[in-house]
Amino acid sequence: MASKLTTSNRAGWGFALPGFGLIMLFIVIPFFFAFYLSLTNQRLISPNPTEFVGLSNYDRLLSISVLSIEPETDDAGQVVRDDAGEAQYPRVRTFTRNNPDYPQYAGMREWFRWHWGETAKVVVATDVVFWKSLRNTLMFVLVVAPVQGGLALGLALLINQRLRGINFYRAIYFMPVVVSIVVVSLLFRFIYDGNDGLLNNILGFLSFGFFEGRDWLGSENTALGAIMGMSIWQAVGFHMVIWLSGLQTISPTLYEASSIEGASKWQTFRYVTWPGLRNTAVLVLIVITMQAFALFAQIDVMTRGGPLDSTTTIVFQAVERGYGKQDISGGSAISVILFVLVLTISLIQRFLTRER
Amino acid sequence: MATVKLRDIRKSYGKTEVIKGVDIDIDDGEFVVFVGPSGCGKSTLLRMIAGLEDISDGTLEIDGQRVNDLEPSKRGIAMVFQSYAIFPHMTVRENVAFGLTINKMKKAEKDAKVDDAARILQMEHLMDRRPSELSGGQRQRVAIGRAIVRDPKVFLFDEPLSNLDAALRMDMRMEIGKLHQDLGASMIYVTHDQVEAMTLADKIVVLKDGLVMQAGAPMELYHEPANLFVAGFLGAPSMNFLQVIVEDTGEDWVQVSSKALVSVKVPSKGRTFTKGHNATLGVRPQYLIAASDGQGMLNGKVILTERLGSETVVNLAAGDGSKLIAAIAEDAVLVPGTEMAWTFDPALAHAFPEEV
Ligand SMILES: Nc1ncnc2c1ncn2[C@@H]1O[C@H](COP(=O)(O)OP(=O)(O)OP(=O)(O)O)[C@@H](O)[C@H]1O
Ligand SMILES: [Mg+2]
Repeated sequence: MASKLTTSNRAGWGFALPGFGLIMLFIVIPFFFAFYLSLTNQRLISPNPTEFVGLSNYDRLLSISVLSIEPETDDAGQVVRDDAGEAQYPRVRTFTRNNPDYPQYAGMREWFRWHWGETAKVVVATDVVFWKSLRNTLMFVLVVAPVQGGLALGLALLINQRLRGINFYRAIYFMPVVVSIVVVSLLFRFIYDGNDGLLNNILGFLSFGFFEGRDWLGSENTALGAIMGMSIWQAVGFHMVIWLSGLQTISPTLYEASSIEGASKWQTFRYVTWPGLRNTAVLVLIVITMQAFALFAQIDVMTRGGPLDSTTTIVFQAVERGYGKQDISGGSAISVILFVLVLTISLIQRFLTRER
Repeated sequence: MATVKLRDIRKSYGKTEVIKGVDIDIDDGEFVVFVGPSGCGKSTLLRMIAGLEDISDGTLEIDGQRVNDLEPSKRGIAMVFQSYAIFPHMTVRENVAFGLTINKMKKAEKDAKVDDAARILQMEHLMDRRPSELSGGQRQRVAIGRAIVRDPKVFLFDEPLSNLDAALRMDMRMEIGKLHQDLGASMIYVTHDQVEAMTLADKIVVLKDGLVMQAGAPMELYHEPANLFVAGFLGAPSMNFLQVIVEDTGEDWVQVSSKALVSVKVPSKGRTFTKGHNATLGVRPQYLIAASDGQGMLNGKVILTERLGSETVVNLAAGDGSKLIAAIAEDAVLVPGTEMAWTFDPALAHAFPEEV
């Protein structure tokens, strides 16, 4: 029944306006604003007028090269070696500081290096911290997306059974989702604590005291992994619920038909469940990927990017620069890069998982 | 091909018993149809035979072997569901071959079987389509094809034609009949459509509230209904019932009358009647005919006539206000409002004692 209200154009726009306005105000306008700012040298507070600087913000962030360094040789042309027999190399800064022969490396710093025979290949970048944040974010996405998605599916399959008290487990698994990530992060700071953290205690107990305990967030090697673990645990329940809703759209008679045909558990999953979850899988994958790219709160609360930038992320860098260092234009440029990155990856995912 | 034997089969969901002790014997190659009103337990009974529902009590034998606790796939049955239950992401060929694929049958042998089924069901041209590109009848054909390739001892059908439109339903009904002739397998077929039951069955089992009301050949049930329920359930339009009083009883007859009906002597068919008690007299609409002058057994006022083409259905109001239906020749013209005298052959009427 079409009432006057539902057919009136003006009423339609009126209802759309609040949502539309908020989206404009907080998403669309800031996006274009960020894009504009990233092309300037705007600072948060500055007496100088804003200047248009073209792509130089992007240039500074993205410039990266590989520098090949030959070992040092003595007058006879022999490679100089130290006591352990390791070849000696000239310092990187001899190339990047005031060296007129290599203007392209000026101002760059070493990120990491590997050896190709005796030649050292050194990756240098103007903004090493940004590259580290990029690497950490990608690592986070690559680990969290499949592990969290897979774990959530596993839980959903377990939960999707008609057992007594199954709702209790549903609630348990979903609970961390309802708790603020900031609170979870604070709690996990205690759990991961190096002196008397819960994790160290448990591992010590399980290994009969052999495990000596470590400062999980204080070490370059474990900090990012620890944050990944916590993040996976925190949001797995959310994706479990999405999987669960997908599972419940699959008609029970399909399972009955496959049981009559004699399909094993695995075959049932392979031929009935998984194909039925196609669209859910695309959704879960894209949502996890986007959330993982936006990693910020955990970092801000737990490590602030440390130790030695081993947990810094793109969003953390954007905020850190924009507000911490008042470099609004640099922060904006990072946001735009993140946008392009996420868009690209989403498009690739859509393409790979498209309906054939 | 096999026999199926149900002995005192019962099913309870919690405290409610829905199947209350059912005994049925199905001979080798027999086509048995379960009919009954909605909720009487037809599907439940079929699903217990299939192994999709546990049997609470009693014995189920297929081919002389007790199969109560056997997996559905081990019982030698194939089932066709009302909702088709074909896999949406597989082609028709893959759907039909599903059971063979998961049991790792060789490709050549598999293809031969699938092609055979396709030929029997005349769907060779559909083999590479997806279910979404098929009509309802074609989908059901795929489901039947999947059943055929299993070479089951017993085919189970749960209202396979209910989702189809009337014309298609008739076609498919004939095809299923033909399939039964060609394959000679035992088939159990659930329906609430009595035309399907009458045309397809070697034996009809009429169920009500989880109990067997009567089992036997279609014409036997039609002509010799064992009780009021079966009498009213089979036949279209359904049998007329008149409330009467027993006037007299004899060895194999009973004489009844009522305010609307003159005294008639009808066969008692072994049922016991008591003089002066109430009883019900059943007359099929087809046997109720307009009487020539002075021969009428009861008066009926024409309320409404419906011309169905092959016959004309007349709604009548008898003298005592009860509603009657007569099915008469297609070309008869009756004017609503006319008082008429009607008659029937007492030998074709059924008398049922009042149930206490
Ligand atoms: N899972 C269940 N739990 C409780 N009661 C059930 C369950 N499944 C079926 N029943 C009950 O069992 C009875 C028989 O159901 P069934 O589905 O066998 O009926 P049916 O004869 O097939 O009816 P229809 O013609 O509508 O398909 C119904 O009263 C139904 O409410
Ligand atoms: Mg049913």
